[in-house]
Amino acid sequence: MKRRFITFGRILHTGIINFMRNITLAVAAVAVMIVTLTIVLFSVIANASFTNTIAQITDKIDVSVFLSDNTTEAQAQALTTQIKKLPQVKSINYLNKEQALKAYQKQNSGNAQLLAAISATNNPIPATIHIKPYNLNQINTIKNVLTTPANQALQIKGSPSYSGSRKAVIDKITHATNVLRQIGVISVIVFAVICALIIFNTIQMAIFNRRDEIQIMRLLGASTGYIRGPYIVESVIYGILAALASVFIINAAFVAASTSLQATSLGLFDIGYANSYFDHHFLRLLALQLGVGIIIGTASSAIATRRYLKFRIK
Amino acid sequence: MILLDRVSKSYGKGLGPSLDRISLHVEPKEFVIVVGQSGAGKTTLLKLLTREERPTSGKIIIGGIDYDKLKDKDIPLLRRKIGVVFQDFKLLPNKNVFENVAFALEIVGISNREIQHTVPKVLEIVNLKGKEKRMPRELSGGERQRVAIARAIVRQPRILIADEPTGNLDPKHAWDVIKVLEKINRYGTTVLLTTHNQDIVNKLKRRVVTLQHGKVSSDRANAEYEV
Repeated sequence: MKRRFITFGRILHTGIINFMRNITLAVAAVAVMIVTLTIVLFSVIANASFTNTIAQITDKIDVSVFLSDNTTEAQAQALTTQIKKLPQVKSINYLNKEQALKAYQKQNSGNAQLLAAISATNNPIPATIHIKPYNLNQINTIKNVLTTPANQALQIKGSPSYSGSRKAVIDKITHATNVLRQIGVISVIVFAVICALIIFNTIQMAIFNRRDEIQIMRLLGASTGYIRGPYIVESVIYGILAALASVFIINAAFVAASTSLQATSLGLFDIGYANSYFDHHFLRLLALQLGVGIIIGTASSAIATRRYLKFRIK
Repeated sequence: MILLDRVSKSYGKGLGPSLDRISLHVEPKEFVIVVGQSGAGKTTLLKLLTREERPTSGKIIIGGIDYDKLKDKDIPLLRRKIGVVFQDFKLLPNKNVFENVAFALEIVGISNREIQHTVPKVLEIVNLKGKEKRMPRELSGGERQRVAIARAIVRQPRILIADEPTGNLDPKHAWDVIKVLEKINRYGTTVLLTTHNQDIVNKLKRRVVTLQHGKVSSDRANAEYEV
């Protein structure tokens, strides 16, 4: 146990020394890894920002069912209960004629003329059911229930109404963000592969440069793990440095955006939200970056060392 | 201690065997010199013993380890039990004398305290006391070879294999190295030495195994060089 501990310490130490000795080669590997991890981090934050933007827009969408004055309270309650049971429905709110009027008056409290006109008549506001779906794409299912002949008969003409006339716009936004997400995922994969290849080459070069030393280690009875270990440590160092650099770069970008650009959003990308997401999830994102960096580094150097440090006995 | 039973090694069809059904038995604490012209199979024999190569046929048992049953992952463990000295020293050029010797202990997980305790003693045995900080390039050939010997014996192996350790040395330095090997043998280590050097063989008066065209042509105690 003690020996293992000592050996682990030595592998770590040798890996750090080798990293320093190999610094010129390491620069390229670290640089491409910084680019990769910055893309990873940006994609994660952008994804959160898109999700938030869409959620905010979706939240404003509801379906309003206007009931005809002939519909009884019992029928209205029955319809409400029926809709409430739909799994797509996030919330439902029934307002009878009086409540609907009050809500209308409250909503238009600044418009004295309109309020006067309304009170002069015999409550023209129909009883209303407000339905909020969980998801924008579920509106159609709800619509199908509402437009059955039996249900349609309870409603006035023009009901149900969707404040979702904006649905088409929202669909476009959703589509655009989906495309952006896909681009994010693809660029992460492409850069991760490039990064792994460059680390692979760097480690291969390092092994080539130290082939005499490796041969001597072998003949002296060093285990393959002891020979491989420092190379893996070396590429883990690449990963850690690149992870820290990527977090620093993104942080610097947010600082620049908020101070010099004074921008709050960039198209669909809500900089303000992204910045607060980054701040709130800082440790989690840092851990993610370290994790991805270490995984890419370890995997590529493990393959390189497995390939070039094989025991070959003729 | 070392047992070879009808061991052959061939590097491919049409090349003829490098070693042809060699049988050899070396007792513990023995000092055996293997002689033979270039290409006689001396180096091949040693490479089989250190498991750098596999025999084409035959059986090898060293210190109770049957090579047929040895898995690749256990080869490092085998090599830790055998000290090896090479003609070209194989020292690490960027490490000093002390570090080169310590390296053999580091790779097997010996603590720094133990290394600080053991290495100076071994350097004293090979008469290199006071040269701990020298780099290999600052040493003579004989001194470098003694560093290599120190590295080979620092883990106290029961067997020391020396492949033409005097091959690159002038007579004076060659004798320095041989004296160190004799000293190590007196301490109880089995030594297997290959050499071309007739003078050394004749003066040592030890068991001499002569290889010719991959076969043992003679194997005699207290013998002299005859190829």
